Amino acid sequence: MKKLAIVPALNEERAIGTVIDEIKAFDPTFDVLVIDDGSHDNTAEYAAAHGARVVRLPYNLGIGGSVQTGFRYAFTHGYDLVARVDGDGQHDPSQLGSLMPVVLADQADICVGSRFAGAGGYRSSGVRRVGIRILAGTVSLLTGQRVTDTTSGFQVLNRRAIALFAQDYPHDYPEVEAAVMLHKHRLRLAEVPVTMRERAHGNSSITALRSVYYMTKVLLAVGVAMFRRRATPVEDA
Amino acid sequence: MILAGQTPLKVSIAATIASLLLLGVVFELIRSRRLRERYALLWVLTGIVLVVLSAWRGGLNTIAGWVGVETYPPAVLFAVALLFILAVLLHYSTVLSKVSDENVILAQRVALLELEVNELRGVSPPEEPAPSPTRAAAPAAPAR
Repeated sequence: MKKLAIVPALNEERAIGTVIDEIKAFDPTFDVLVIDDGSHDNTAEYAAAHGARVVRLPYNLGIGGSVQTGFRYAFTHGYDLVARVDGDGQHDPSQLGSLMPVVLADQADICVGSRFAGAGGYRSSGVRRVGIRILAGTVSLLTGQRVTDTTSGFQVLNRRAIALFAQDYPHDYPEVEAAVMLHKHRLRLAEVPVTMRERAHGNSSITALRSVYYMTKVLLAVGVAMFRRRATPVEDA
Repeated sequence: MILAGQTPLKVSIAATIASLLLLGVVFELIRSRRLRERYALLWVLTGIVLVVLSAWRGGLNTIAGWVGVETYPPAVLFAVALLFILAVLLHYSTVLSKVSDENVILAQRVALLELEVNELRGVSPPEEPAPSPTRAAAPAAPAR
């Protein structure tokens, strides 16, 4: 079984090495693909020095565009399983141990590590918290399935999900819209509780005002997405 | 039915000249290949409709009557022009969306191809570089 870890990174030269090492420590059979989304620092060099393959995007595409680059790579190179781990050190790769079995046992096509599904301990600022709640509520309502963390990029996906997202992946806060897309394509989503770390370095790319902007945009996107037919033709994998 | 007002002759002449100017500019842009026919179509249509409505006073008066503009028929001219401008803008938004989608795909392809080229060429991974001078190095924070 070919396994790929997709690590999107933007100016994470201080965290990226550790993230790659931790993935390798968790499971050395993982190939690691770092997607450098137009960093201004040495993210790509550090990643390569730590043994990752590095895709350097010519300019910043945002999280959706970079992650999709990884899915495209995984799809064309015949990977059976993808783990998505953020490049900022927020996600603890050893917890892939609780995400992977769900997908490997074919209980879901995508398994998401949720901060709110149980084992909590995650704090975030008021505005963000409210935003996350609203998004989770909306997605739960639209998909008829309780989803607690729609902004988590800590995920494990099988070949079917890889094929879908290689073809079509949303842009900002992509996980929210992706959840609706999965539902539309009748792929199965599961959540597993995880704990996330505080960011090791730097600031989250999302400030309070921007999260309001993104949330409005995402709600529009999701609302419209429900009226779309299963638009994306996907090769069966 | 209330009788509609009449379009003053001067207004009609001025509007006709302006609309013809618009058509002329659009034509020149197409001729000099600065405007693709595909994007010019809406503009040409706008120009033609405006010329017709400006020059044909009887028509404008009648249409004004239909839509209930009773005192000043040229107002219909503004409304029509506004509608067409909105249509053109909306069209631009769709074009822009398409272009940015294509841009993303292009960037992804280029990046993936670059990776493949480097691997085929056997470019060896670099040594770990020194941290960027702008940021002070700090050890990674441990798990909480």
